[in-house]
Amino acid sequence: MIIKNYFKLDSKIPIGPLNHKWINHKSSLKLVSPSNRSNIEIIVVGTGLSGGSISATLAELGYQVKVFCYQDSPRRAHSVAAQGGINAAKNYKGDNDSVYQLFYDTIKGGDYRSREANVYRLAEISSNIIDQCVAQGVPFARDYAGYLENRSFGGTKVSRTFYAKGQTGQQLLLACYSSMSRQIGKGRIKMYNRYEMLELVVIDGITRGIISRNLVSGEIERHAAHAVIIASGGYGNVFFLSTNAMGSNSSAIWKVHKKGGFFANPCFTQIHPTCIPAHANYQSKLTLMSESLRNDGRIWVPKNIEDAISIRNGEKNPEDILEEKRDYYLERRYPSFGNLVPRDVASRAAKERCDKGFGIENNENKEGVFLDFSSSIERYGIEKANELGIKNPSLMEIKKFGEEIIESKYGNLFHMYEKITDQNPYKNPMKIYPAVHYTMGGLWVDYNLMSSIPGCYVIGEANFSDHGANRLGASALMQGLADGYFILPYTIADYISIYIHNKKKLSTKHIEFNKSEKKVKQRILQLISNNGDLSVDYFHRKLGNIMWKYVGMSRDNNGLSKAIKKIQELRNEFWKNIFVPGNIEDGFNSELEKAGRVADFLELGELIAMDALSRKESCGSHFRIENQTKEGESIRDDFHYKHVSIWKYQENKSISEEIMYKENLTFSSVKLQSRSYK
Amino acid sequence: MKKLLNFILKIWRQKNNEEKGKFETYRIGDISPDSSFLEMLDLLNNKILYRRVGEPISFDHDCREGICGMCSLYINGRAHGPESLITTCQLHMRHFHNGETIYIEPWRAKSFPIIKDLVVDRSSFDRIIISGGYISVNTFGKTIDGNLIPIPKEDADKAFDAGTCIGCGACVAACKNRSAMLFVAAKVSQFSLLPQGKIESKKRVLNMVKKMDEEGFGNCTNTMACEIDCPKGISTEYISFMNKEYIQSFI
Ligand SMILES: Cc1cc2nc3c(=O)[nH]c(=O)nc-3n(C[C@H](O)[C@H](O)[C@H](O)COP(=O)(O)OP(=O)(O)OC[C@H]3O[C@@H](n4cnc5c(N)ncnc54)[C@H](O)[C@@H]3O)c2cc1C
Ligand code: SF4
Ligand code: FES
Repeated sequence: MIIKNYFKLDSKIPIGPLNHKWINHKSSLKLVSPSNRSNIEIIVVGTGLSGGSISATLAELGYQVKVFCYQDSPRRAHSVAAQGGINAAKNYKGDNDSVYQLFYDTIKGGDYRSREANVYRLAEISSNIIDQCVAQGVPFARDYAGYLENRSFGGTKVSRTFYAKGQTGQQLLLACYSSMSRQIGKGRIKMYNRYEMLELVVIDGITRGIISRNLVSGEIERHAAHAVIIASGGYGNVFFLSTNAMGSNSSAIWKVHKKGGFFANPCFTQIHPTCIPAHANYQSKLTLMSESLRNDGRIWVPKNIEDAISIRNGEKNPEDILEEKRDYYLERRYPSFGNLVPRDVASRAAKERCDKGFGIENNENKEGVFLDFSSSIERYGIEKANELGIKNPSLMEIKKFGEEIIESKYGNLFHMYEKITDQNPYKNPMKIYPAVHYTMGGLWVDYNLMSSIPGCYVIGEANFSDHGANRLGASALMQGLADGYFILPYTIADYISIYIHNKKKLSTKHIEFNKSEKKVKQRILQLISNNGDLSVDYFHRKLGNIMWKYVGMSRDNNGLSKAIKKIQELRNEFWKNIFVPGNIEDGFNSELEKAGRVADFLELGELIAMDALSRKESCGSHFRIENQTKEGESIRDDFHYKHVSIWKYQENKSISEEIMYKENLTFSSVKLQSRSYK
Repeated sequence: MKKLLNFILKIWRQKNNEEKGKFETYRIGDISPDSSFLEMLDLLNNKILYRRVGEPISFDHDCREGICGMCSLYINGRAHGPESLITTCQLHMRHFHNGETIYIEPWRAKSFPIIKDLVVDRSSFDRIIISGGYISVNTFGKTIDGNLIPIPKEDADKAFDAGTCIGCGACVAACKNRSAMLFVAAKVSQFSLLPQGKIESKKRVLNMVKKMDEEGFGNCTNTMACEIDCPKGISTEYISFMNKEYIQSFI
């Protein structure tokens, strides 16, 4: 890897004070008049919150939009699975929340590795998002007076998270999907369900379209457009086991990267603290239990190792461990935030306890901690009894009332937990353990959300800009919708406006389209005709093991170097020994779909490890074992690493020869402090 | 260690919508009771791949968390299998007996043509939403403050419950008439219960019901099989609610 210390891309961050940047910038952007918009064609890849919101909005503005997703309906994009909620600085709870406070929490939560201007804009827009969604019919939780309810999430001291039980993402996504559907009906959106983007077409350095595969018929198609928007979500599945949907992939962004799109901070991968622990080696994915549970659940493991062993062996139950024999380690280590410390801190603390042998789950690695609701059930139960005027309520009554309240808040999560584990979380504490969840890295974009290839925009989890080294809860949904409803519709017009004078018709005849199509077909042929004898899943699991072991919750020099070598070997083995059934003219072929995605993960995985190796500091989700305090807290190095690492692929060279550039981060209105949650 | 299980699987195989399909028999052993139904199918597919005995079985799935609505499967005559209030991806093998023969079929309905094996085309659902399953507000952010539309908690909760439909199509598959009433009623009710959706409620219900009929879904004869197999527990009360809305729209 070659590291260069200068940066030649323009991030286009407007000048002026932070709270004027976006307003000033908007007033300088060029416009496209309504009568010209219908001549402009835009491709959107992805129908999650980011892709859905941008598609609906651009179509409402009058552009012609083509939208692609690999599922059978846009409503199934993975945003639908988001559980906990969405942030907005509305100060409805009167706890002194403000745009600045949301901005500050997000910057600090991201360990000062995100762009100040972008984050401030996000905080400014956040309130609009809620209003918009309410107007679209999102049934957010309400209080008895009819007003919007809030709860709090990790890393903050205010209640600013809006939610719809444990299904916030679903409700927000269905609102996007309805808005899209309305535009499909008008003919302004053409929807391509069960399609996969397999290549970006770049002509003379400018984005001109994509090559896609119809997943039902198998046909390879060309699509030209004035601009392409990538909203394809995160790449956490490079770890195989994650909370992402099975089809989540990096292929779209990886294709852009290999065509010249810069990749930023690939190693920033969020590990979420509250997932159901893995139970066996055939497991296909991990399930998240929303972080909002930490509002009412207390996290603990036994204080004595013997107790932990007895619990694992099934000789003791959690109730058998007396209060004073329990180690509420988050409350102990971080008294001011307690169970609500940010995700990276909570995850590492769980790992620390399990590494020391205090884990309570009887699985391969003895990993798991308790998330216990009994205190809250009791507290709520007593409150309710008081409210009803019941004097001296029985323990049974208290429990019943308390459980009812817990059910009204988290019913579906408890139901889900019980179905998966066969245990009743109202009676026994949940068992949880950290799992790969969200990728803060992604394609580099400027303030206008454009990648380093003109005309190719990237939004939502697929870009890198807003979350830094660690994402606070409930802010990904906010970012996806801010990008799609309120930012990109303005900034893309600035770029599109050049086409109004340049009336050249779009065409898919150019030689670059031929070349790209040929490349796609060749690769499919290569996969299908390879006479190996190992399945795609075999390679994906192996890659996942390497990633989790060496590039997971903590990383060090030796492990990362080892990982790079192992990934390279695995990739060679893949191309020698992969077996994918079927013929090129066949249609539906899930093995082929997976094979293409895993081939891309096998390259991205190496870049992630390279990026982690080059960042010799601990920050946010990136914990370098070499850089920690005696108490095991991370040590950031602002002098050397206050920058975005930006990787450039060199055509026809191997991944290990990518060049790294740096975008220096400047902070004008926050003072960089070590991130303490004590 | 829990006792591992063995099963005989009768799985519907069909190349595409034109060709005829048939049941094939497979045997699978050493399945952990904690494995999910789809993980069992993964294992079977791996076996088919490694033994080079034909193509793996195609089935739809994505989130494996019970929320995207992508998985389907008609298992032993029940949409999403024998357990109530869950999707196929949340169904675990502990609910089956060792040695049991399990029948696995795709959703069967004219309006859901088969694509391959267990995969069906549910785009008719999308077309029903396109016909009017939305509130016609533009997305430019020039709306009023969310708290200026106060909504009674009971209404918000009811709208939410209706809104939790995942569009999986189990209600259609479970119904002897292949009716899509529960799906449509859920959407119609969600919006009609909210003040901001009320404004267009007449137009919405008329358009959606018309489209539902055009797509070839059957009529509702109140057998209530849909409610029993619906993974989200959407109540048939919403169907009555929709019928009321529908009749009112003519007044
Ligand atoms: C279980 C879970 C819970 C979460 N809970 C919360 C929460 O409570 N609050 C919060 O703020 N965030 C939460 N998140 C994070 C948040 O949900 C995601 O980051 C966000 O929804 C991503 O949205 P997106 O639009 O970027 O992408 P996605 O919603 O992932 O959409 C990706 C889209 O791209 C399409 N696609 C991908 N590749 C291709 C291709 N090659 N060709 C064609 N189409 C393609 C897919 O079909 C899909 O439509 C959660 C995430 C998970 C996994
Ligand atoms: S009503 Fe129930 S069964 Fe029917 S599509 Fe919705 S969630 Fe599925
Ligand atoms: S796979 Fe998403 S609901 Fe089953």
